[in-house]
Amino acid sequence: MTEFFGIPAPVLFGQLLLGLINGAFYAILSLGLAVIFGLLNIINFTHGAQYMMGAFTAWMLLNWLGLGYWWALLLAPLLVGASGILIERLLLKRLAGLDHLYGLLLTFGLALVIQGLYRDAFGSTGLPYAIPAELRGGQNLGFMFLPNYRAWVVVVSLAVCLATWLVIEKTRLGSYLRAATENPTLVQAMGVDVPKMVTLTYGFGVALAAFAGVLAAPIYQVSPLMGADLIIVVFAVVVIGGMGSILGSIVTGFGLGVIEGLTKVFWPEASSTVIFVIMAIVLLLRPAGLFGRAG
Amino acid sequence: MRTKTTLLAAAAVLALGQALPALADFTGGKVRIGVLNDQSSLYADITGRGSVVAAQMAVEDFGGKVKGAPIEVTFADHQNKPDVGSNVARQWYDTDGVDVIVDVPTSSVALAINEVTREKNKVFLVSGAATSDLTGAKCSPNTVHWTYDTWALANGTGSAIVQTGGDSWFFLTADYAFGHALERDTAAVVTKNGGKVLGAVRHPLNNPDFSSYLLQAQGSKAKIIGLANAGGDTINSIKQAAEFGIVAGGQNLAGLLVFISDVHGLGLQTAQGLILTESFYWDLNDSTRAWSKRFAERMNGRVPTMVQAGVYAAVTHYLKALDALGADGDGKAVVEKMKAMPTDDPLFGKGEIRKDGRKLHPMYLFEVKKPAESKGPWDYYKLKATIPADKAFRPLAEGNCPLAQ
Repeated sequence: MTEFFGIPAPVLFGQLLLGLINGAFYAILSLGLAVIFGLLNIINFTHGAQYMMGAFTAWMLLNWLGLGYWWALLLAPLLVGASGILIERLLLKRLAGLDHLYGLLLTFGLALVIQGLYRDAFGSTGLPYAIPAELRGGQNLGFMFLPNYRAWVVVVSLAVCLATWLVIEKTRLGSYLRAATENPTLVQAMGVDVPKMVTLTYGFGVALAAFAGVLAAPIYQVSPLMGADLIIVVFAVVVIGGMGSILGSIVTGFGLGVIEGLTKVFWPEASSTVIFVIMAIVLLLRPAGLFGRAG
Repeated sequence: MRTKTTLLAAAAVLALGQALPALADFTGGKVRIGVLNDQSSLYADITGRGSVVAAQMAVEDFGGKVKGAPIEVTFADHQNKPDVGSNVARQWYDTDGVDVIVDVPTSSVALAINEVTREKNKVFLVSGAATSDLTGAKCSPNTVHWTYDTWALANGTGSAIVQTGGDSWFFLTADYAFGHALERDTAAVVTKNGGKVLGAVRHPLNNPDFSSYLLQAQGSKAKIIGLANAGGDTINSIKQAAEFGIVAGGQNLAGLLVFISDVHGLGLQTAQGLILTESFYWDLNDSTRAWSKRFAERMNGRVPTMVQAGVYAAVTHYLKALDALGADGDGKAVVEKMKAMPTDDPLFGKGEIRKDGRKLHPMYLFEVKKPAESKGPWDYYKLKATIPADKAFRPLAEGNCPLAQ
């Protein structure tokens, strides 16, 4: 059997694929963060909590209203996105033009409050959420058993990332967005309603987080803390990719998922640290991130 | 603040007159119980507020006073970090007049509190932590280990599984003191019973994705994948093992430390058939049912975990010892008294505390019910076997505890 560094090739392929799957979550979450940072200049620390809210909304829709996974995939991002719009209108808007730190503190505080409320209501153990019947089972790829649900996660994440990238880079709406990032006053003068665009962008970023939360519900523990641990990694991904870079966040999301997956084979104990080591190295060599523009 | 309460207590004592001699022997004029555990993170449902409620219930059931001295319960969050835990413990012992620390899940934190308590000559009643080192190489004359330990879990679940044919093992181990101890103790049981250990992978604490580790376990071709982890880590391992068809592929999971709250979080659909060892289950007998009902009324309907039951029983026995001793200042003397008195409480029945600090009671081997077998909320376990107290824990001589020499 072919081996790489003492690991049989089939095992290695399996781990690469798994890394890609985990990278899909990093990609969607960091994409939302990058979109928000790009336009609002806000480091959205509530993102992890909003991801958690997505998963819990899926659970509530199922257990309280009897609406299954597919409805949740549509409704949870809308509902959580709407709550994001409320947060932007009521709170974040007042911080426009202030130092980054204010936004960071506000969103971090909000995240703690939201997590605390959910913990109080649902406990910390988490709740069960089953994989939808259509996506149960899996395929034997020869080198590994690939659950259908994981394959679905990769495909749908790639599609969402690609669509977002296309909208922002290739459409008229996207061009307004990018222009408003550069110079909001000028774009406003052209007759574009910039404040509304900012609100909707925040809502969209939050909806992306909730979408990732629904995707995660059947495979991870649906618990109030599920976002808190993930969000730190996702921030590292955004920093490595370059703050505000859409393509950067997608590529680094998937890439770091793969690197983390490989670390789990070669040195499992270090798997929770490796991303931060990479972040430190990237910051030393390219302070603006791999895809960021200096300055 | 402290002088003020002392003065108040002194005034009350003078007013009562007769109670004076006894009260004088309680430091600060009262007994303060500090519940130190995880209030906010992955072990919060297993220990957390439920342990505080259990301690309060023990105090209330005891009458709220020992020989006229009021009993208070305070609590703090150690965030599963040994440094945070030791800081709280030092502050409690040095300035807040806490006489005893209870619970302390997360073995690394418990080992730290074990040392602080010995240094300050106070009392440490362990319920949440698992490592058998607390009554082994690290045993202390100030510590009682109540509810369970890694040896008892390994012995219960491990030998039951090896004896029914699960003789080759691969471990998924949480990479800290508890996971290492549980893996070590289980591997010893497996080997002793004629099985073999094919490998292990150490994962970071609080790890969301186990697919990579599960794939490694699958590749090992071991019949049994032993989960030497706890809480959310165990839940995610079991959930994802189902997803990756591990059990369908002929391998079986052994949850070495599974609490009833974890089974609740998994749902019976995913958890059914799991074999596990616990020292307490709410539905064991009339007195466990009655107590659990009272507990659930205060906890939004959640039944107690064995850790929370252990907090109640340990605090009850501690208060009995104080009552017999009439003093709480010398931690070593209190623990000696606790060891000298036989234990008897509604949750664990009659038992005793051994020289090394190990509390002895039966352990129970349970199987998680199928969804169809469950008759109501929290009806999750079938009793498979009772391991008697003298067989449930590590023999005194094998622990290398200096106190046992």
